[in-house]
Amino acid sequence: MNDMTFKTVFTPPQPKILATNPAKIIAEGVDVYYGEKHAIKNLSLTIPDKAVSAFIGPSGCGKSTFLRSINRMNDTIPGCRVTGVINVDGQAIYDPSIDVVDLRARIGMVFQKPNPFPKSIFENVAYGPRIHGLAKDKTALEQIVTESLKRASLWDEVKDRLHQPGTGLSGGQQQRLCIARAIAVNPEVILMDEPCSALDPIATARIEELITELKEKFCIVIVTHSMQQAARVSDLTAFFHLGILVEAGDTDEVFTSPQEKRTHDYITGRFG
Amino acid sequence: MSDHILKAYDDDLAQLKAMLSEMGGLAEEQLNHSMEALVRRDTRLAGQVIQADEKIDAMEIAVEEKAVLTIAKRQPLARDLRNIMVAIRIASDLERIGDLAKNVAKRSHAINDTLPRRLSAGLERMGQLSQAQLKMVLDAFAADDAEKAMEVWRHDEDIDALYNSIFRELLTYMMEDPRMISACTHLLFATKNIERIGDHATNIAENIYYLVHGKPLREERPKKDKTSITPFELKQD
Ligand SMILES: Nc1ncnc2c1ncn2[C@@H]1O[C@H](COP(=O)(O)OP(=O)(O)OP(=O)(O)O)[C@@H](O)[C@H]1O
Ligand SMILES: [Mg+2]
Repeated sequence: MNDMTFKTVFTPPQPKILATNPAKIIAEGVDVYYGEKHAIKNLSLTIPDKAVSAFIGPSGCGKSTFLRSINRMNDTIPGCRVTGVINVDGQAIYDPSIDVVDLRARIGMVFQKPNPFPKSIFENVAYGPRIHGLAKDKTALEQIVTESLKRASLWDEVKDRLHQPGTGLSGGQQQRLCIARAIAVNPEVILMDEPCSALDPIATARIEELITELKEKFCIVIVTHSMQQAARVSDLTAFFHLGILVEAGDTDEVFTSPQEKRTHDYITGRFG
Repeated sequence: MSDHILKAYDDDLAQLKAMLSEMGGLAEEQLNHSMEALVRRDTRLAGQVIQADEKIDAMEIAVEEKAVLTIAKRQPLARDLRNIMVAIRIASDLERIGDLAKNVAKRSHAINDTLPRRLSAGLERMGQLSQAQLKMVLDAFAADDAEKAMEVWRHDEDIDALYNSIFRELLTYMMEDPRMISACTHLLFATKNIERIGDHATNIAENIYYLVHGKPLREERPKKDKTSITPFELKQD
């Protein structure tokens, strides 16, 4: 471990995915603090568009913190401070001129615990498009809801019960409902924080299948504790440790021959 | 390499390695005995080698089963994954080495007394070289020593070169004295088998390199086996 102590950030050759896909999100020198607590340290990372990027790392290493800073969810946490630059499509999202509500429509989020509103399935999905004025009339709104539920692979299971409460669905269905809700506002980026951790293997496989379909259209960032899941769904993998981005690279490389010993020890179950 | 949090995982990998080292020892022994049987025309020892081959075959299956089970249970990644892949491949190389040694032993039955002793001198030398290669590559595997493995890899051309010269020599004898054709042919096959054993030792070396470095060895191996393009109207020079 000693030879690693002073080497904080590994800069591997440019990942292949960034050569084929345009950059969507570029973070440069990002620090995040919760009061005194320095949770993300001088992080720089480029996230490709139309691809899945996975954040992995031990509990408390700052994955969720950094994920939340991408759509400024951290703004809602008292005492939380973000410095440095995060650009989405070249636009600095921490610029004072940015409208945060608009930003969160562009950058949707799906959480670990499915959190449908205590409303009907239809209303869960219709809510976003309605407040953002995306549908000009009732038919257009219905169209968006149907489309989003289909894209979230939930339509067939709920088409006959659209006006029943979303909370009455199974966990896996609720999570897909939340994904439908996130994509209903036609975002560019979807952030997912451990979206499958409460789901069984079948529901998990469904979500993974869905993620793979969605990356055709969106830039997806997923936090996961499952190495296998990261290996299965992502194109780029970023390994975090103690608030530091240790290594980011093509997923195929990271899981077969990682460059950093800390990455290796973590993914092979040697961190103790 | 530090330990896994899950101790049973370490045990799985250690067991796999122990099985391979036992298998390697067995393959070495088979090769040594088959050479001895051939050189001393010892048909009893040859019979023993032929019999013992089953054991190596059984061990290959055992390694495969252990590897598959470990993959299923542990979902290995990175070096652990390479470790298991490489174990399967090395087991298969060792099994082939066992087969080839068995073949050499079989030839010794056919050659027995018909052949002048001096003819097998080159073959004996080749046997020593391949024994040394196998021993060294097994040591390299035991120690995860990619440098040593590379040394084995580079030395394979010595075996190839020797094989070329034996090949030419045997051709010459056959042309000079057709009564020698049968024995020389058997000897030629035995020589080829030993040359192949060298190739399997090199395969193992390549796998050790991959295990340690996480990348396959891309360089082209120096190859000196020219027998496939050696014309027939050779005269001894
Ligand atoms: N609201 C908060 N106030 C103070 N500290 C926080 C807050 N949220 C997170 N932290 C701290 O910041 C660090 C990073 O937390 P974060 O939730 O980003 O980790 P994580 O990598 O997502 O972990 P996990 O895998 O357990 O979800 C931790 O030390 C955590 O205790
Ligand atoms: Mg988290």
